[in-house]
Amino acid sequence: MKTLELALAKHPFFYNFPEEYLRSIAGQAQIVEYKEGDILFNEGSDARKFYLIVKGKVALETYAPGKGAIVLQTVEDGEMLGWSWLVAPYKYRFGARVSHKTEMIVINGEELRRQCENDPRLGYELMKRMVHAITFRLEQTRLLVMDVYANRANKK
Amino acid sequence: MIMEEIKYNPEAVKPDPMVPAIYRVESFVNETADTFTVTLSPSGTTVADWVANQKQLDAAPGQFNMLYVFGMGEVPVSISAGADKNRLLTHTTRAVGAITKAMSVLNVGDMVGVRGPFGSSWPVAGAKGKDVVLVAGGIGLAPLRPVILALLARRSDFGRVVILYGARTPKDIIFSEDLKAWKKQPGVDLYITVDRGTKAWRGSVGVVTRLIPQIIFDPANTVAMLCGPEIMMHFTIDALQKRGLSGNSIYVSMERNMKCAVGLCGHCQFGQHFICKDGPVFTYDKIAGLLRKPEI
Ligand SMILES: Cc1cc2nc3c(=O)[nH]c(=O)nc-3n(C[C@H](O)[C@H](O)[C@H](O)COP(=O)(O)OP(=O)(O)OC[C@H]3O[C@@H](n4cnc5c(N)ncnc54)[C@H](O)[C@@H]3O)c2cc1C
Repeated sequence: MKTLELALAKHPFFYNFPEEYLRSIAGQAQIVEYKEGDILFNEGSDARKFYLIVKGKVALETYAPGKGAIVLQTVEDGEMLGWSWLVAPYKYRFGARVSHKTEMIVINGEELRRQCENDPRLGYELMKRMVHAITFRLEQTRLLVMDVYANRANKK
Repeated sequence: MIMEEIKYNPEAVKPDPMVPAIYRVESFVNETADTFTVTLSPSGTTVADWVANQKQLDAAPGQFNMLYVFGMGEVPVSISAGADKNRLLTHTTRAVGAITKAMSVLNVGDMVGVRGPFGSSWPVAGAKGKDVVLVAGGIGLAPLRPVILALLARRSDFGRVVILYGARTPKDIIFSEDLKAWKKQPGVDLYITVDRGTKAWRGSVGVVTRLIPQIIFDPANTVAMLCGPEIMMHFTIDALQKRGLSGNSIYVSMERNMKCAVGLCGHCQFGQHFICKDGPVFTYDKIAGLLRKPEI
């Protein structure tokens, strides 16, 4: 396997992914190092890329008037980032800023979407992993909403 | 002279577990806006006090004492550090209600009552030769701190030591100095995450359970110890089991309101268990059927 294929195969998102697909996805991917403060994308911008974090930390942000950037969560080693390239209208819902030096596999999302349309087997395999990752994220969000560490005595 | 005889034969006196021994507040440190650590020194004068004090100072990580704020009442609070040669009890408490709030305004020199130690303890000896994963949420780091201190004191006896700590915000992080020291310690993987970041916070934001897929340990040879809100522990257990850890290797510390602490009154009944004497530390296997049952 070539370096990129190997990097994809080692990433938890692509664990045990059929090899022939890894080869074609590797053709649309590159390994990129980002430095602290780099903006990967802004809220509302066109979603063209799919990011897999190899090592590092990226903050997902939104903005509130008077408050500035609010970090919703960080995405870290072995996690994926940005699924808006797969979901119409293909716009990023949040901004993403690199908070520590981060090594990432950056995949051309538009191309990958096209490949999925043409090959439903690839599309389904990828979708299963996406749903798994999104479910995990949703579960975490629900836990956050529950605010489990709140001091109940302070609540009216 | 009687004192000396007793010193060599503590079994000769059985202190009444319902009678508090008297302790003096030696130090009071605010950890966060609502959480504080007190150290207490024994100041009783009777032989029974002596014996009770020694037992309290020998409490094992995971055990708790009933702390009595005179005029207010008693609450169970875990030890948050083992007593060393200073012969001090250490407790870290979050002010959540009448008694803990009264405790939060104690001053050095004030007297409190202490009954205990009660309950089961964390399996420090049983973790020898194994990887240890400790997962703490919020004030849950307090009952786990004595284990961490014990593991680090005999670091080479254990495999990997992984500590995961989730707090509500950066301002709610307790034991910041300890955390800094543990982070620097070779052979310790420490991850801290907060539910809500602040402008200045550069660390992780997200729930503590999401760290579990990434951490490195050998599921066949690992002991996990969990302390935090029940919901957080439930999701942590799920994530650990997905990594292949079995229920009898996962230890959790449970909380229920209690009064007597000696298994008589039934306040802390949890299914067929009494948290005060069968717990608070249980293996997950023992209580799996009871967690998240609305009626329990
Ligand atoms: C075995 C055991 C060990 C414990 N160890 C510690 C410890 O190391 N440090 C510590 O701070 N606490 C610990 N606790 C919890 C502590 O005992 C309670 O917070 C205390 O009893 C509350 O009493 P109170 O009179 O101040 O509040 P109450 O007047 O009884 O309650 C007031 C408010 O606080 C809420 N509340 C009560 N208990 C809790 C709780 N556990 N968590 C969040 N909110 C609560 C109630 O819902 C109520 O809204 C432990 C409990 C047990 C059973």
